[in-house]
Amino acid sequence: MPIAAFTWTEFAQQLAAGIREGAIYAGLALAIVIIYRSTRVINFAQGEMATFTTFIAWSLMNQGLTFWEAFPIVLAIAFTGGVVIERTLIRPVENAPVLTIVIITLGLALLLNGLMNLIWGGANVQFHGPFSTRTIDVGGVPVSVQDIGIVAVSILLVGLLALFFRFTKLGLGMRAAAVNRDSSRLVGVRVSWMFALGWGIATVLGAVAGMMIAPVVFLDPNMMQTILLYAFAAAVLGGLDSPVGAVVGGILLGVTITLLGRYVGFIGSTLKLPAALLLILVLLLVRPGGLFGKVAVRRV
Amino acid sequence: MSLLELRNVEARYGPVKALHGVSLTVGGGELVAVLGANGAGKTTTLRAISGTVRRTGDLVFGGKALPRRPEGTARAGIAHVPEGRGTFSDLTVWENLRLGAYTRRGGIKDDARRVFGFFPRLEERRHQQAGTLSGGEQQMLALGRAMMARPKLLLLDEPSLGLAPIVVNEIFEALERMKGQDGMSVLVVEQNANLVLAHAARAYVLEVGAVVVEGTSDELRANQSVRKSYLGY
Repeated sequence: MPIAAFTWTEFAQQLAAGIREGAIYAGLALAIVIIYRSTRVINFAQGEMATFTTFIAWSLMNQGLTFWEAFPIVLAIAFTGGVVIERTLIRPVENAPVLTIVIITLGLALLLNGLMNLIWGGANVQFHGPFSTRTIDVGGVPVSVQDIGIVAVSILLVGLLALFFRFTKLGLGMRAAAVNRDSSRLVGVRVSWMFALGWGIATVLGAVAGMMIAPVVFLDPNMMQTILLYAFAAAVLGGLDSPVGAVVGGILLGVTITLLGRYVGFIGSTLKLPAALLLILVLLLVRPGGLFGKVAVRRV
Repeated sequence: MSLLELRNVEARYGPVKALHGVSLTVGGGELVAVLGANGAGKTTTLRAISGTVRRTGDLVFGGKALPRRPEGTARAGIAHVPEGRGTFSDLTVWENLRLGAYTRRGGIKDDARRVFGFFPRLEERRHQQAGTLSGGEQQMLALGRAMMARPKLLLLDEPSLGLAPIVVNEIFEALERMKGQDGMSVLVVEQNANLVLAHAARAYVLEVGAVVVEGTSDELRANQSVRKSYLGY
């Protein structure tokens, strides 16, 4: 693939596109980490859950609601749905081996995918996002309003979550439940409900990621599948245990693959994913816990 | 009437029975010790009270049946400082104290000031991760966290374990002052019988999951077999 001459303007544009990609990965990676931290389970249904909620948004908008009218309704549905899924599907097998729960999340992914095909049909649909796709000039670099909007919404969401986990009693209880179940119960934290709340929050994060990315790609039941792979990679890159790591990992990954795809000739768009995974592999050889994660030390 | 009463409490870990019918009482504002060799069921007795092990028998706390789960006993007013102290090593000292007050409504500033009054070192380290504290400081944090709940009953498991004698004294003195200030009751498990009998009003001696001797601290100190087995003179 021939590469056009390098210009700083174009580099900045690519960088902006990479950050926008990364913001989506970061949101989904954060969702994965929140569930992983509390229950040591990777939720393979995270992508399908996000797409499902995005379809709900699409249906609401077809009923005449604007995006921002549908948005809070979808978040409420997502939160409730996440809690209900945890209570009904995960809670009964809470103490089962991790593999059992992983299989359940895989089954849930297939179930949701089937349901989406059944309810909304398999075809791609156009999803009209809240932001215009025209570009504005930011310090001499043309950037689309949509990209800025996506990044702004992601920053806002992550910031709100950070405040929640840091300053509220409930947020502290959730963190405590994730790091030490027994002690949490002794101080009166209802650990099991904290896990359900975690599922609710993770589902909300997924819903936002879905509603942000759907206008960029097309909305179809498989929309999130590749994105989920990137989000897994981002979560591992940051260290599966670290919410900060998930966000940083997501942005880093988005920027890296965008720049690689653009500037390294033989990679192009086809080899982006393998190239990114190779980079992560190398990084994990050096830092097995990821960028921000802690390597589990077993004391004997 | 006593604050806590256990009648014929049994507990088991899977197929292994650890308590064979323990009966004991703790009065309001009283410091009661549980003595016994390793494996006698001291820790399990505390765990049966806080609900961290399955148990049967009658457990009455403040005139009501004691809840079965630790979330419930914590809300009923029992603070359990377990073996190994149960601090949250990934969280800061301040966050640990906040968690202590988890079941309570209202402000925590005054309580925190009180804890820092007992253990000034915790205030210096309030933004440090609890895992980076020394053993003594962690025990202070564990006690401080328990105080934040303003408990009616404090369950304390081997507070002296692995600590230098001077730190142990500091901790027991703080415990006495805390108890004096708000009339809290304490049930403490301790290997160091000499130490704990100096502070406790009464004590129970456990052997293989049952109470074999009980009495005031003076009575126990005068008891031949207790002296031989636990006091070493």
